[in-house]
Amino acid sequence: MPEGGIGASVKRKEDFRFLTGRGNYTDDEVRAGQLYAHMLRSPHGHAALGSIDISKAAAAPGVVCVLTGADADADGIGGLPCGWGITSKDGSPMAEPKWPIIAQGKARYVGEVVAAVIAETAEQAADAAELVEIGYQALDAAAVTETAHLDGTPQIHDEAPNNLCFDWDFPAPEAADAVDAAFRAAAHTARLQLVNQRIIPHSMEPRAAVAEYDKGDEKLTLYCTAQAAHAMRLLLGAFVLNQPEHKFRVVAPDVGGGFGSKVAPYAEYAIICWASRRLERPVRWLGERAECFVTDAHGRDHVTEVELALDGDGRFTGLRVNTVANMGAYLSAFAPLIPTYLYATLFAGQYTTPAICCNVKAVFTNTSPVDALRGAGRPEATYLLERVIDEAAQATGIDPVEIRRRNFIAADAFPYQTPVALLYDSGAYERALDIALERADWSGFGARKSASEADGKMRGIGIAAPIEATGAAPSAIAGQLGARAGLYESAQVRFNATGTVTVFAGTHNHGQGHETTFAQLVTDKLGVPLENVEVVEGDTDRAVMGMGTYGSRSLSVGGSAIDRAMDKIIDKGKKIASHLLEASVDDIEFDSGTFTVSGTDRTIGIGEVAFAAYVPHNYPLEELEPGLDEQAFFDPVNFNFPFASYVCEVEIDPETGTVSVERFTAVDDVGNIVNPMIVEGQVHGGLAHGIGQALMEGAVFDETGQPLTGSLMDYTLPRADTVPSFDLDHTVTPCPMNPLGAKGVGEIGAIGAPPAAVNAIVDALRPLGVNHVDMPVTSQSVWQAIQSAKAS
Amino acid sequence: MYDFNYRKASSVGDAVSAVTGAEDGRFLAGGMTIIPTIKQRLAKPSDLVDLAGIDGLAGISVSGGVVEIGGMARHAEVNASAAVADAIPALAQLAGGIGDPQVRNRGTIGGSIANNDPAADYPAAVVGLGATVHTNRREIAGDAFFTGMFETALEDGELVTKVSFPVPSKAAYMKFPNPASRYAIVGVFVAATAGGPRVAVTGAGPCVFRVAEMEQALGGSFAPEAVADIKIGDGDLNSDIHASAEYRAHLVTVMAKRAVARANG
Ligand SMILES: Cc1cc2nc3c(=O)[nH]c(=O)nc-3n(C[C@H](O)[C@H](O)[C@H](O)COP(=O)(O)OP(=O)(O)OC[C@H]3O[C@@H](n4cnc5c(N)ncnc54)[C@H](O)[C@@H]3O)c2cc1C
Repeated sequence: MPEGGIGASVKRKEDFRFLTGRGNYTDDEVRAGQLYAHMLRSPHGHAALGSIDISKAAAAPGVVCVLTGADADADGIGGLPCGWGITSKDGSPMAEPKWPIIAQGKARYVGEVVAAVIAETAEQAADAAELVEIGYQALDAAAVTETAHLDGTPQIHDEAPNNLCFDWDFPAPEAADAVDAAFRAAAHTARLQLVNQRIIPHSMEPRAAVAEYDKGDEKLTLYCTAQAAHAMRLLLGAFVLNQPEHKFRVVAPDVGGGFGSKVAPYAEYAIICWASRRLERPVRWLGERAECFVTDAHGRDHVTEVELALDGDGRFTGLRVNTVANMGAYLSAFAPLIPTYLYATLFAGQYTTPAICCNVKAVFTNTSPVDALRGAGRPEATYLLERVIDEAAQATGIDPVEIRRRNFIAADAFPYQTPVALLYDSGAYERALDIALERADWSGFGARKSASEADGKMRGIGIAAPIEATGAAPSAIAGQLGARAGLYESAQVRFNATGTVTVFAGTHNHGQGHETTFAQLVTDKLGVPLENVEVVEGDTDRAVMGMGTYGSRSLSVGGSAIDRAMDKIIDKGKKIASHLLEASVDDIEFDSGTFTVSGTDRTIGIGEVAFAAYVPHNYPLEELEPGLDEQAFFDPVNFNFPFASYVCEVEIDPETGTVSVERFTAVDDVGNIVNPMIVEGQVHGGLAHGIGQALMEGAVFDETGQPLTGSLMDYTLPRADTVPSFDLDHTVTPCPMNPLGAKGVGEIGAIGAPPAAVNAIVDALRPLGVNHVDMPVTSQSVWQAIQSAKAS
Repeated sequence: MYDFNYRKASSVGDAVSAVTGAEDGRFLAGGMTIIPTIKQRLAKPSDLVDLAGIDGLAGISVSGGVVEIGGMARHAEVNASAAVADAIPALAQLAGGIGDPQVRNRGTIGGSIANNDPAADYPAAVVGLGATVHTNRREIAGDAFFTGMFETALEDGELVTKVSFPVPSKAAYMKFPNPASRYAIVGVFVAATAGGPRVAVTGAGPCVFRVAEMEQALGGSFAPEAVADIKIGDGDLNSDIHASAEYRAHLVTVMAKRAVARANG
């Protein structure tokens, strides 16, 4: 058995090229005769465009053309599509106003494209863009999540009265009655009003695209920073560009991070494809950091009231959630899904709460559109739940650990049907909590707190027990809930004649380590050395179909498709081996790369079988096709449910309000682990992301929709010195619903860290009478909370 | 970025005449401020005149109780200078807290004080130590150099050649960094100088300023308690998403107190 199979922490195959500057990113695609696009963007949050005079720009040196929204209409270019429909409680479909690729009539957020200049050089395009004259008439804006849907707020779209996109009840109207009853009977209640603030994704590589239209065969090729090349092709081709799928190739080469923001189709990609088709020349675009700040889809942005009812024993009896979710100015591809089915379905958490209901109002505002961002809906759900549980611990006088224990779904209660649609397949929550408390030295906290106090500091400890649903998604269920696509994954496993293997997958690797992990699956199952396996992703001309990488789905869905394809390889290999070994196929066994006639020492390696398949001189050609190349689709029967227990310990300088995260223990259960090192890396990244949201990140807009956090000078990202050295451990509860027993890992850290951190901060401040501080919990907000507490 | 002419000056005189002779000429030192500004199309100079090739503009020397730092000395050089660390450790430490390693390897003291960003660190040291700014034309007292937000006493074509810092008996700088940019939200430089205690505050207001009440109190007793209860008014202070004027005013007191404690060792 070659080394590097499942369970081995092999170093990432892709890192050599990344670390030595040999990566091949979108902007590295250089084409003869290429043109450069510069996007002229609205400086206003809300403005009527008035007249648009492009004559000076069009006449500027090097300019080939200047495109406007009217040109897009004239050429039959469609708006950017939305991939998920939500039905309001009154049965009406969500408001889905057109999102033109170039603004028409009005600009609705700062950064919206109002004209595109295509020129021979990037500088010429940027120079000419300054010559486009637009008669903006600034309009009053609706930029505040909480108030956007109230009467009297400026209206953004004619199609969305009161800026309301949808008004959604879940799980069903009757659920609210059961929850009301729980509150009437409650011995204790806890309530919090909280904000899950808007954050900006910040992939290290900015978005970029290169489009090339070949008039000869009428084929369009788009290289772009995409997490899901096939979905990009489907959405752009069918809805925006009217470019037939078989005449449209989308390639997502190396991509430097996505976090969800590179799933949706973007205006810039459509614009350069369209321009390339018009001009019959390659056209490229590279986002500057400042553009990415306002145009990469943002995440979160909820204002929520959460209430929890408990009985006299501290058992949760009812949960009620009311949320206003900000969609931004237009509906990005998966925006409606996030505050609905990726959100409210997680309200049970790890607990047995029998009655749960929620209402979500999604609103349009004059801000950048929002879409999936690491966790997408699940961080928001987990945050409110884990926060209100700490508040309930206060209300009941039960310790935060104990109250969680009392309400955990027991390890022997699976499969467990939650009241919010999800059927949990497996779980062992208390074990993870026990390990986390032990590792975090929970019982020794008092001594550390005293030491901090002796030093003039305050110290707090907090826990969070997050769960998430990953592995989107069972297609049929997703379809019932509004998905406009299937959510299976595909894979092709191809033996080459000399015994090496090429895997074509519909997922995409932009930091997750697929080139290594997927190869490990092949090494493990087929016995092919790791270096003889190549994983190819992100190319619609090479992988048959794919839904891409997001929602921590790649291993459990895509990896399962690879596994299924390998089963087919083994099946066919057995037939070839039975011929070569002159035995009945039923007697052929396969293990670690070798076919054996059972009970004998007659064997043949899979490499020789592959060779025979491609050089079929001695081969059962009458019964079997040559070749050893199999394809499989995997459509999961359910989501899978990673869970964790996190313990965070903070120290606060009461004089300045500065919070420092002193310790962080994370015990994750992500099912079977293929590469422990990569899993650790994913957890580290997720925790840093989550601590970033808890303590520092936050997109701020003024009342006109002007972004106040438009650069890294004002938007705070976590850095190496923000986080402590994480203490990680894991339990393994394999997922019974996929052949690998795998669950997702990419998001759980970002989901669980914010409530763990805020619970710790509130624990430190509680002696002053503080029971909540909104994220980001900056030094200023802590200082302010302390001042207010002292004043009252 | 707009096009501009690039020239590399061979002497101070050469640099000055190149800048004054150009339509809209600017000196280029470390480029850490001016290059990003040009890249964002917020400035459109016709000529950039690079000071990096001028002999003798970057030296650091200590003699006769004065630390002299050349206008082109990089933050990293000041931070690493044993002579500075020996004479005015607070100054070396301040330089080591500017930006990140890349910025410190490029950015210069001349560029920093000429730019006079309200949140920059060096202005606190120049005022806090009662330094003198030397230019190709004259000597300017530190107290008179910084005249307002991004404004200095420098005239067109005037070039900072060096800054001389009298060695104090003790000094310290405490910075409360902006979490995003890590410039100073509030930075307080305190020093016991021959002319009496000095307290200079950067980051909090539109321009570096001294706090007379604290200086007086420290004159009585150079101890943290002397300033711990002195509150400054927040009327003229900056306010942004990171820190309200009220919070900044509070931080001035806290940082002043901690700086005095640090100066006392
Ligand atoms: C990411 C980042 C973080 C930073 N963090 C900090 C921080 O924490 N604290 C801090 O104080 N600063 C910080 N800075 C600013 C840094 O210190 C810069 O180096 C400084 O502001 C400008 O110095 P420079 O040598 O780069 O000047 P340049 O950018 O080259 O020039 C700045 C201006 O000064 C003029 N000029 C330059 N030299 C002279 C001279 N000798 N005489 C007259 N005029 C001159 C130029 O014409 C120009 O107008 C940061 C900068 C960056 C990019």
